[in-house]
Amino acid sequence: MSPLQAYLAVSVILFAIGFGGVVTRRNAIVVLMGVELMLNAANLNFIAFWKFGTSGNIAGYIFVLFSIAIAAAESAVGLALVILIYRHYKTTNLDETTRLHG
Amino acid sequence: MPSSFYILALFTIASGFFAMSLRNLVHCALCLALSFLGVAGLFLHLNAGFIAFAQILVYVGAVAILIVFAILLTHNTEEKKGESATNLVLSIPLSAAVAAILLNGAFSTQLALRGTGNTAPSVRELGTALMTSYVVPLEIIGVLLTVALLGAIVLALPERSSPPEAG
Amino acid sequence: MTAVEQVDQVFVTAKRHVVDLAPLEFQPIISVLLSIIPILAVFPLLFAITTILERKGLGRIQNRLGPNRVGPYGILQPVADGLKTLFKESVQPRAAEKVIFFLAPVVLVIPALLAFSVIPYGRNMVPLEMDAALLFFFAVGAGTELAVFMAGWASRNKYSLLGAMRAIAQMLSYEIPLILSAVPVVMLSGTLSPAAIVSAQDTYTATIAHWNVFKPWGFAAFIVFLIAAAAESNRSPFDLPEGESEIIAGYYIEYSGFKFALFFLGEYLGLFAICGLGITLFLGGYTAPFSFLNWIPSWIWFFTKLLALVCFFIWVRGTMPRVRMDQLMNFAWKFMLPMALINILAAAAWRFVPILGFRWSISALIVATGYFALGEGLTQKGQYGKRTYKFAS
Repeated sequence: MSPLQAYLAVSVILFAIGFGGVVTRRNAIVVLMGVELMLNAANLNFIAFWKFGTSGNIAGYIFVLFSIAIAAAESAVGLALVILIYRHYKTTNLDETTRLHG
Repeated sequence: MPSSFYILALFTIASGFFAMSLRNLVHCALCLALSFLGVAGLFLHLNAGFIAFAQILVYVGAVAILIVFAILLTHNTEEKKGESATNLVLSIPLSAAVAAILLNGAFSTQLALRGTGNTAPSVRELGTALMTSYVVPLEIIGVLLTVALLGAIVLALPERSSPPEAG
Repeated sequence: MTAVEQVDQVFVTAKRHVVDLAPLEFQPIISVLLSIIPILAVFPLLFAITTILERKGLGRIQNRLGPNRVGPYGILQPVADGLKTLFKESVQPRAAEKVIFFLAPVVLVIPALLAFSVIPYGRNMVPLEMDAALLFFFAVGAGTELAVFMAGWASRNKYSLLGAMRAIAQMLSYEIPLILSAVPVVMLSGTLSPAAIVSAQDTYTATIAHWNVFKPWGFAAFIVFLIAAAAESNRSPFDLPEGESEIIAGYYIEYSGFKFALFFLGEYLGLFAICGLGITLFLGGYTAPFSFLNWIPSWIWFFTKLLALVCFFIWVRGTMPRVRMDQLMNFAWKFMLPMALINILAAAAWRFVPILGFRWSISALIVATGYFALGEGLTQKGQYGKRTYKFAS
């Protein structure tokens, strides 16, 4: 197993864990946490490819900086939405938040 | 691969797994913070110090704390019983399938791999790159962050449907 | 090397000699240990000195004697305190989350200790040379918030949870001005490495040093930094998370014995670290203020400045009333944050205006305009008018 593949494997497993959480957990906050895990896995991928890719190209490195910034924005808006949902439905269980209006 | 990589990888994956499977949401969030820390360690392992510290600053310092706040503000530290158990049966095969597909891709990669790897850009190089080649994405990110901040504030503001009580 | 330089570099040369004694394969680890052990020895010692200084100083400010029973003038009080906390029973609430309850003080102390690894204590005396050291400092500071939350939540106590929520809200709000106040320094010295920032300030015109605090943007940034540092380390007047009179002790209310001492230690270590950073960024680090004082060793300068800043914080603690929660948040978001941003503008003006006199006046003008405009905005809405009471006359 080459170093790149080792990092890719870690990243894939992390992504799969996050995916499993997003698909099956019912609490909105845990779903958001799963999304964060998946984003982290993607970041790890970027850095691994930057490290073992063509030399002198720092696009992967910089992309992760942007990705981290976007993740911060995403979690802020997402959690604000979760709080709004909670205020409206008195629950954060995604299976119970089925009404569009009222 | 050095053994420190395996320890870090195991640590990251285990805490990620617990973050997705524990029932107490605060425990989940703390495990998630540990997992973020593990990923930062992997970044350090890849010589990407700047990214690792940015990761800790943003994920452990802000995102994990935000999640914890959201958990406490929505009063659900415990999930109802039985929910996780049925989910685990469903989620493990699903995750395994996704992992298998992606791992297949990762291991059949035909990229020309360099054994030693690139050296990290210095902070000065990074700053120059951000201000020259990547200045448009940087500006867009700035606008995005501002909009997200405003959006989050507007969303989380208490609704003013009834006039405020006279005090 | 001259005699002055020899005294200045005594620790560096001593370390090199000891490392040279060791066999080759052990040299890296010996070198690391010789950097870590002094930090682990000096700062807890400084903590002991500071506690007695603080209690004595507060006593003087409040017109009482302070501790005076243990040893001459009570200077052995820290030893007595330490022994007392060591021997006390460590009580744990039955409902507490045991693991998290136990881990919280550890998680608090470790980042505080890690932060010391990037501060230059003297010429060539940086334990860890790193390109992105400043970012490292702020990143390890993030661990504190998590520790505070762990302590507050695991105690299963309303007051401690309340204190933790207050502390986290405050730390998150003040972390932004704290980092933004460091940005002008980074911009103008063009580096994130503390050692390089200090050596950029190590020049003199007419015997006066080029410390950042002597420039308009540096002065404003230093004030913002000091206020944010007080809030970050939960010092009075921003000690709402602990607020003895309202929520008893905040997030560490349920802690006793040695765990409590660890909280205390972690808090003071955080204060020292942030003071050390302030010295590095604005007060010229280990350099002397006047060129004719250069014969005093650099590490003496650093620790003198550190003690002076700590005394400043003690003075503030003794004389300022605690702010209210809404005042705290208003101040952070409506004054500190815009002020730090305006200050970045002032630093940019400093960088791009070539003529010295113009550069001073333009930069100072931007800072002063921002200060007065923001101050007006804060006070105009009658927030600080005569207080009216709803239920009392």
